[in-house]
Amino acid sequence: MTIDKIIFLIVAAGTLIAALRVVTTGNLIHAAFWLIATLFGVAVIFAVLHASFLAVVQVVVYIGAIAILFIFAVMLTRKDMRDQGPQLNRNWGFGALLAALAFVGLALLVHGWSGVTKTASAFPSGFDAVSALGNALVSPDAYVLPFEVASVLLVAALVGAVYVAYNRK
Amino acid sequence: MDFLKDPLKVTADWLLGIFAGWGMPELWANVLIGFLGIFILVALLMALDIILVWIERKVVSRFQSRIGPNRVGPFGLIQPFADIIKLLIKEDTTPEGADKTLYNLAPILSMMSVLILWAVVPLAPSILGVDLNIGALYIIAAGAIGALSIIMAGWSSNNKYSLIGAFREVAVMLSFEIPMLTVMLIPTIFTGSMGIGAITQAQDTWFVFLAPLAAVIFLIAAIAELGRAPFDMGEAESELISGYNIEYSGMKFGMFYAGELLRAFTFGGFWAILFFGGYRFFGLEQVSAFLAVAILFFKAFIGYWIIMWVKYTLLRIRIDHMLAFNWKFLTPVAFVLLMTTALMNALLANAPAWLYIGGMFLSNILVAWISLEVARSTSRRERERVEGAKASMPEVAQH
Amino acid sequence: MVPLSWYLIFSAALFSIGLFGALSRRNLVAILLGIELMLNSVNVNLVAFWRYGDVTNITGQVFTIIVFAVAAAEVAVGLALVISVYRKRNTVIADEIDMLKF
Repeated sequence: MTIDKIIFLIVAAGTLIAALRVVTTGNLIHAAFWLIATLFGVAVIFAVLHASFLAVVQVVVYIGAIAILFIFAVMLTRKDMRDQGPQLNRNWGFGALLAALAFVGLALLVHGWSGVTKTASAFPSGFDAVSALGNALVSPDAYVLPFEVASVLLVAALVGAVYVAYNRK
Repeated sequence: MDFLKDPLKVTADWLLGIFAGWGMPELWANVLIGFLGIFILVALLMALDIILVWIERKVVSRFQSRIGPNRVGPFGLIQPFADIIKLLIKEDTTPEGADKTLYNLAPILSMMSVLILWAVVPLAPSILGVDLNIGALYIIAAGAIGALSIIMAGWSSNNKYSLIGAFREVAVMLSFEIPMLTVMLIPTIFTGSMGIGAITQAQDTWFVFLAPLAAVIFLIAAIAELGRAPFDMGEAESELISGYNIEYSGMKFGMFYAGELLRAFTFGGFWAILFFGGYRFFGLEQVSAFLAVAILFFKAFIGYWIIMWVKYTLLRIRIDHMLAFNWKFLTPVAFVLLMTTALMNALLANAPAWLYIGGMFLSNILVAWISLEVARSTSRRERERVEGAKASMPEVAQH
Repeated sequence: MVPLSWYLIFSAALFSIGLFGALSRRNLVAILLGIELMLNSVNVNLVAFWRYGDVTNITGQVFTIIVFAVAAAEVAVGLALVISVYRKRNTVIADEIDMLKF
């Protein structure tokens, strides 16, 4: 058991516990804060995987924007913050079964796949993941089209969200 | 001589020798030295924070034609310690119906979001916590955690003024992050790296001469991020009594207050690092690491003083005006400036230094002038529309 | 060195938890929280495959960025819909929003 394995296990266990709290806790504000804990755990996993840019973007975009948006939404639909009644619907047993089946199926797939024992190779010298990512996103040979489509999607979402949620009074 | 050049490495080697003498494995010794370094940095920052309380109070009193703290110790220098003792022995209240865990977590997160910023601050050529190659983004990420602590405090206090204050403050912070991040990309264009250490190293000419408008936008966005007047929507004493920290007392309030002061100082420091050369001052930083730290702190204090000057001179702006100012003026200007800078950088890539600097400076001035003209004509039209409607009203009433 | 399978199992567990949340919660916002968890588990997989495959091939990170953008768009529109429904129907319980038109 090396030190990076111990770090991974601690972070992964914490993240999964926080994720479980997201889907089971009754108080929605608490669920949103547990979501933030989960997202932070995932950011740490990214950092462990040497994807530092993605780790920071995860904190900026997910925690700084998406999670705060969730908190705002919970507060704006305030009637349900008191949490009367059950938080799970009638078919939650079915949902749990399906989720468990999905986990077992995925685990079996991972188990049966031959590439799983692969170990990470060291970074080539002089390789900078951040500049490689930046070049890939704007290079016509690589991913400039998906990148532009994503920006169009964001603009469309911005306009759509304002139009849908605008209060015409 | 070596110690003056690179005190951190000399001390670390010395400590490593001592720990090795005790029979400690090298890995553990290195981890321990790392922790000691963090501990010393945080302790020094907290000590600085205490002095900042005194400086802030003295400066505000000079702005308001008062003397300020002058009873305890010479020039009131012992006053902040008396303040801290008072905060520590004050009754620590928790409002009824508060969400206890989040209520207690919020001040800690607030302080933490400031302290983690110092991990990427290059204090001297040889003194730098982590040379992250994404330093500029890291600053924004730490700001996101600050916003989180504010909404946590606002919600868990179970007080409507807290909640309104937190809502406003977070809305402001999220909005002003956009122009801030955009203008942070401008030093990145000049340097070719997002690392704060590399940005400092690259400033043979201070970036303020290359991008004066970017420096101004960064300062405005930083003041809004700090939640200081004229953008102090989160606290707004006269409207919201004290905003998100209304229910906090004792040292928990002290944490928010100390965090705010240290954050203001830190952003003064980032202003200096991104646009005024950080620890660089005509080669003086090469003489000794301590001199470099002193230069950086001197520049950071000038930035902090400007932030205080703005805070105690200007009036609070209304929340809708503030957000409109950001979305309709500051963000577009920042985007246009970023595009102009990128274009000029590509055009002048092979130009001599004087042409490069002059072109950048002039393009900045041009963007600033055009945007101010557009804003002026728009606001004049708006004013005429509103005043025209007002002027025609009595006429309608007469008939 | 942590084996690749650990990351994959972790991401599968995160995905299943998110799936459970999306299927079983009554509150619309909580359903969106579950979907966020599922998107995050996908990101973990993409980054792990990038790290354990050929690191010079940056595709995994690029797709993670695209997933970030899609998640942001999804949350913005989804929460706008939730708020709009709440204004009209005064509820955010998925079971009670059962009319196609209102």
